Amino acid sequence: MPVTNVLLCGVGGQGVLLASEVLALVAAEEKAEVKQTEVHGVAQRGGSVVSHLRFGEGVYSPIVRTGEADILLAFERLEAVRYGYYVKPGGLILINDVEIMPGQIGEYKPYPAGIMEFLSGKGLRLQLIPAAAEAKALGNVRVSSLILLGVLSQHLDLSPRAWETVIRRRIPERLLEVNLKAFEAGVELGRSQVEAAASGG
Amino acid sequence: MTLTSPDRRTLMAGNTAIARGAYEAGVYFASGYPGTPSTEILENIAHYPEIRSQWAANEKVAFDEAMGVALSGKRALCSMKYVGLNVASDSFMVFPFAGTIGGFVVISADDPGMYSSQNEQDNRYLARMAQVPMIEPSDPQEAKDYVKLAYELSEMFSTPVLYRTSMRVSHSKGIVALGERGEYTGERRFVKDVPNWVVPIFAKSLRAKLDAKMERLTAFAESYPFNRVEEGKSGIGIITSGASYTYAKEVFPEASFLKLALTNPLPRQKISDFCARHEVVYVIEELEPFLEEQIRAWGLTNIVGKDRLPRSGEYNPDVLAQALLGEKAVEDFTSEFDLISRPPQLCPGCPHRGAYLALKKAGVLVTGDIGCYTLGALPPLGAMHTSFCMGASIGHAFGFELGGMDKVVAVMGDSTFIHGGIPSLIDVVYNGGNTTTVILDNRTTGMTGHQEHPATGMTLQGKEAPRLDLVALIRAIGVKHVQVADPFRQKEMFQALQEALQHEGPSVILTNRPCIFARGEKDRAKTPYVIREDKCTQCGACQRLGCPGVLPGEQPRIDEVACTGCSLCAQACKFDAIVLKGVV
Repeated sequence: MPVTNVLLCGVGGQGVLLASEVLALVAAEEKAEVKQTEVHGVAQRGGSVVSHLRFGEGVYSPIVRTGEADILLAFERLEAVRYGYYVKPGGLILINDVEIMPGQIGEYKPYPAGIMEFLSGKGLRLQLIPAAAEAKALGNVRVSSLILLGVLSQHLDLSPRAWETVIRRRIPERLLEVNLKAFEAGVELGRSQVEAAASGG
Repeated sequence: MTLTSPDRRTLMAGNTAIARGAYEAGVYFASGYPGTPSTEILENIAHYPEIRSQWAANEKVAFDEAMGVALSGKRALCSMKYVGLNVASDSFMVFPFAGTIGGFVVISADDPGMYSSQNEQDNRYLARMAQVPMIEPSDPQEAKDYVKLAYELSEMFSTPVLYRTSMRVSHSKGIVALGERGEYTGERRFVKDVPNWVVPIFAKSLRAKLDAKMERLTAFAESYPFNRVEEGKSGIGIITSGASYTYAKEVFPEASFLKLALTNPLPRQKISDFCARHEVVYVIEELEPFLEEQIRAWGLTNIVGKDRLPRSGEYNPDVLAQALLGEKAVEDFTSEFDLISRPPQLCPGCPHRGAYLALKKAGVLVTGDIGCYTLGALPPLGAMHTSFCMGASIGHAFGFELGGMDKVVAVMGDSTFIHGGIPSLIDVVYNGGNTTTVILDNRTTGMTGHQEHPATGMTLQGKEAPRLDLVALIRAIGVKHVQVADPFRQKEMFQALQEALQHEGPSVILTNRPCIFARGEKDRAKTPYVIREDKCTQCGACQRLGCPGVLPGEQPRIDEVACTGCSLCAQACKFDAIVLKGVV
């Protein structure tokens, strides 16, 4: 089985590290080898966060090579640009439809426009995910991570059983129900997006 | 050797795996001081009640305690960031002269690439300098298994062992097969024997013994099974260890490997034979040419190393492929896009901000130290002007004063003061200095993830401990002008600073607001501030505090979720436009 390379990125505090931990645990449920890494230290709240995940057979390095990520899950639009060059030609970027203005020192710059156009101009496939709106509909704005993972699950060869097992094990009891619902909502969203893409829509 | 049972596989980070390795190896005692990327080792060891574990005041204390336990005949461990081993080196360099009784392992976590560090230091040289064996794991499974190997070596040769990990090994996760705890019941106990344990008097004879021990170790390394050869299909041979091994396996799947677990002392014959069997041998090691220089000194010439590979920065598969295969780098297209960076900033509600605003207003030269508060050097605060290493700021400030600089203030965190600041404050008093010191007491070890320390009154396990009274300590040192000030009250903080600066003789100010992540703070009810747009003149004063809670934009707004209600922005507003939410 070839190695699958996934990158997750976003802004500190968005839940990127929790999501990548869940993903790594799911992969560990059924794959021979899994390696995951991220940068600790000064990456604190508001900083740029990136997590690398590789699974399959013959996985040595935890670091995804530039231009070799099969899929990038960006929790924030600007961060999709920052790590977009890790994605292989024609690879997929799932972009959470959220803008987080960077803290700025000195002259004020508005949030950049034209992110989608720029990335699709680089030959990358893009899929925008309205996770915040979905989360609001579920009545809990903090479950975006699980919605995003639900969408991601439709693009990876990992079984629904493994996802559910890990979510049940990792998410605290009092938050479990809403997070399972969020994951399901993401699965539905991802499935309809995959079908629309397949029918050329 | 079977180290694990195959049915107990779990996903673990390298540092968690090291802790598990300590548990399985029957370690009796563990000590350390927080420092990225080593901190989680001791935090995870703390989950095993079988191991007595504790935070020490600094790395040398941690080392000495572990040394005492090992000399008592039990297995002991101490863990630290690589610069921590500089602090502990006084003991580390002498211990091998006597050797140990119970197994002793010191863990040094290096940080190639300086992700969270002040310098890029290759601690493999310290193993060579101290004349001790060194073990290097390359992934989480080895991180666990090699702890046991380190103890076996330590006891077999009665020597301390340096276990060297790196940021990428410590902070990567992988699947780890677990084993059981083996209770270590060493038979040997400490026996009074002055010629062996009183090193200064008997150093000459002990030195000869140490040299003989290293000779035996070198012979042993030749047949050490964990220095393994993996036969490949190409004419390329690769000598490597640690995280570099995992990158090289990705880039050169066909090559032969000599993968070293024991990187000091080196097996000269084994390496020479390996080189003779291959056309060209790549020596792939992060940072300094530690292996390469030794190998070249033996006269081997078919070596490629730092002539092609970088000497600084972290390696990864891209770095190897570009340096050794001439691959072109994948185009980083971010430069074509106006990408705004996300620089690290002090958190919303951070008490250090208040201290720095007062220091900035006072216009003094500020010598700084290591911690979150190092960020006070960056704009827009820009109120700290030097920072080198743990515990240096007070000595530096006194030095600046002696060198003729006016109005110098040292800043230092509470944990750092306990770690390495106390002797220099004693020195200021003893030698008649005038230095003003601001202890940024936020009641935690912030930068490394909020660890307890003697002045928080809690242990590593969160149990109550006698709380070090910093004010009483500082008075006992002989500082007569000691003030406690509230950094969230700018007038009070500035006034305290003025008084301290005018005082003849040493002075100390302690700030009294905890870190927003300190124990109990996260759950404290907070009322955020809001901006009244009818009063706001968009002057930007609130946006020049470096607070991520004040959002950028022509019309400033406050992020009510992030705001902790510290009120510094309200004090900075001349138009009374910033008010507590609900108060209009």
